[in-house]
Amino acid sequence: MRELTYAQAIQEGFCEAMARDERVTLLGLGVPDPKGFFGTTTDLQNRFGPSRVLDMPCAEAGMTGITLGAALNGLRPVINHQRLDFALLAMDPMCTQAAKWSYMFGGAMKMPVVFRMILGRGWGQGPQHSQCLHSWFAHIPGLKVVMPSTPADAKGLLISAIEDDNPVVFLEHRWLHHIKGHVPAGYYTTPIGPARQARSGKHVTIVALSYMVLEALEASDRLQKEGIDADVIDLRCLRPLDANLIIESVKKTGHLVVADSATGQVGVSAEIITLASQHAFSSLRSAPQRVCFPECPTPTAPSLAAAYYPRSGHIMAAVRKTLGMETDETDLHIAPGVELDKPNPAFTGPF
Amino acid sequence: MIAEKPNASLAASLLKGMVRIRLVEEAIAANYGRQEMRCPVHLSIGQEAPAVGVCAALRDGDQVMSGHRSHAHYLAKGGSLNAMIAEMMGKETGCCKGRGGSMHLVDLQAGFVGAVPIVGSTIPIAVGLAFADKTLGRDRVTVAFLGDAATEEGVFHESVNFALLHKLPVLFICENNLYSVYSPLAVRQPTERSIADITAGHGMRSEKHDGNDPLAVYEATLSAAQHARSGKGPVLLELATYRWREHCGPGYDNHIGYRSEEEFLAWKAKDPIELQKTRMKHEAIHDAEDMARFEEEVGAEINEAFSLARSAPAPSADGLLKHLYH
Repeated sequence: MRELTYAQAIQEGFCEAMARDERVTLLGLGVPDPKGFFGTTTDLQNRFGPSRVLDMPCAEAGMTGITLGAALNGLRPVINHQRLDFALLAMDPMCTQAAKWSYMFGGAMKMPVVFRMILGRGWGQGPQHSQCLHSWFAHIPGLKVVMPSTPADAKGLLISAIEDDNPVVFLEHRWLHHIKGHVPAGYYTTPIGPARQARSGKHVTIVALSYMVLEALEASDRLQKEGIDADVIDLRCLRPLDANLIIESVKKTGHLVVADSATGQVGVSAEIITLASQHAFSSLRSAPQRVCFPECPTPTAPSLAAAYYPRSGHIMAAVRKTLGMETDETDLHIAPGVELDKPNPAFTGPF
Repeated sequence: MIAEKPNASLAASLLKGMVRIRLVEEAIAANYGRQEMRCPVHLSIGQEAPAVGVCAALRDGDQVMSGHRSHAHYLAKGGSLNAMIAEMMGKETGCCKGRGGSMHLVDLQAGFVGAVPIVGSTIPIAVGLAFADKTLGRDRVTVAFLGDAATEEGVFHESVNFALLHKLPVLFICENNLYSVYSPLAVRQPTERSIADITAGHGMRSEKHDGNDPLAVYEATLSAAQHARSGKGPVLLELATYRWREHCGPGYDNHIGYRSEEEFLAWKAKDPIELQKTRMKHEAIHDAEDMARFEEEVGAEINEAFSLARSAPAPSADGLLKHLYH
């Protein structure tokens, strides 16, 4: 079976979409540069030319607005931001303009634009290079918000986002870029909306998104050795949200843990727990738990990062709590040499 | 007789365009207290010349975007009056099917691609329209109508920079009416520097003109559009003009003390409609009978628009979520 990294899958997704539709245009600071956006845009300018793969001025708000106009006049632009933090300068074009465009003009125009942003932690990125603000975008009607966790979904959902006639926020966790998985060759789409049943189990529902899906799967592996079978749901899309899969799973297991790579307060995790409370209340046999970041900005020092990032052990502890089991102190043990702000031991920074 | 003189028909059509906008806006003001138009209105009375002069110099396929004070731009570009009044009354027959109101206008058939009230927001979008046109090889010019305050927004400068970088066929039409709501230009920008100076500093062709003279605006736009069309890049026209009525609403607001009565009267004496009439009389090309007939026609057109809007259906609550996605 052919395996690609998540970053290669994104790059291949762009190749397929651009080869099929000449209106697809990529803009973003550094898109054609030698680093190729963490390898996700490598070689695209050579293949498709400088009029379709453009570097841009350091002007996030203006350039994002420009992509909206380009979309209205017939292009299918993807604007790329190497950090979500930079894209916050463009909240007006994303949330006040693009999200409203179809509605406020009574459906007169389509807004086929993709806002691609990289988020998540990494090697000393600190408070202003690692914000996970997907819940902000998921709060806005008129946007679609996509967060794939596997290479196959990254490619399929990217192509779907480009094909979509609406503004789509496409969010990649920095740590996912290096993971490998089977990626079908050729042009294919993964529908925006349905969540993915990542694992079936009967004892507890774990709902996770983006990078936290990996931690949830690791937690479920470790729990399985103790005879606990977790039903793991990879959300994939935050808007639209696949309420049915979550509700059905909670009805089956009676226990819910939500794992989000973000702070919890007023976030997606609250939304999932609300869904379960409203639609599966009588099935719940314990209080739902959530595993999220502490309510403070991301610290830079490795010692603080170790205290900041939740991992599979935290999910295990939450599962034990929701199942009424004793806390197991070894859940949170960090193996010697493991640094929690590094995606893998080989990573030495600085980017 | 009169029509045979050179420019007589252009002069008359500029005058008629301004008169029509004035009469529509006065009708909006007169009817506003009836609570049928339950949305904020920003009237363009006094500022008709830039809208009419610019749009007269454009071709049919050219595109326009605007901001919160957009009735004049919409009408000058050929937007549907019936659809505009219906939109202000929140009707399903409105140009946005009642989802927009006065601050959101659109008429794609007329090339009016949209107006929104967040200051400066449509400027990059207009540049994006021009970017797509250039990429797809279309011969089309896009106009971004903006006010003096929009030049203070970061996206204005970001947009100008990109339009210059890619030599995009876009015109920035800045109507400088001296006020951002009630804040005068003097508290917002250094007095020794004009807006055109700033964009000249960006390296863009930038000109200042009398924004109450529709012919001057027309000629400047014609030349600027030719520049943009020939691949030489964007142009900014800074047009000095003045709003007569309050920032938002149908009345006058001189009494609240942010501008002097003298200043207001001095600008009122420069009424673009009267200036154009005087010029036409001086050139012996003013046809008073023709204008009287025209005003009567416009009056009937306005009555029809209001009457149609009143009898049009309101959007059904069943359709509340309609148009959110395509």
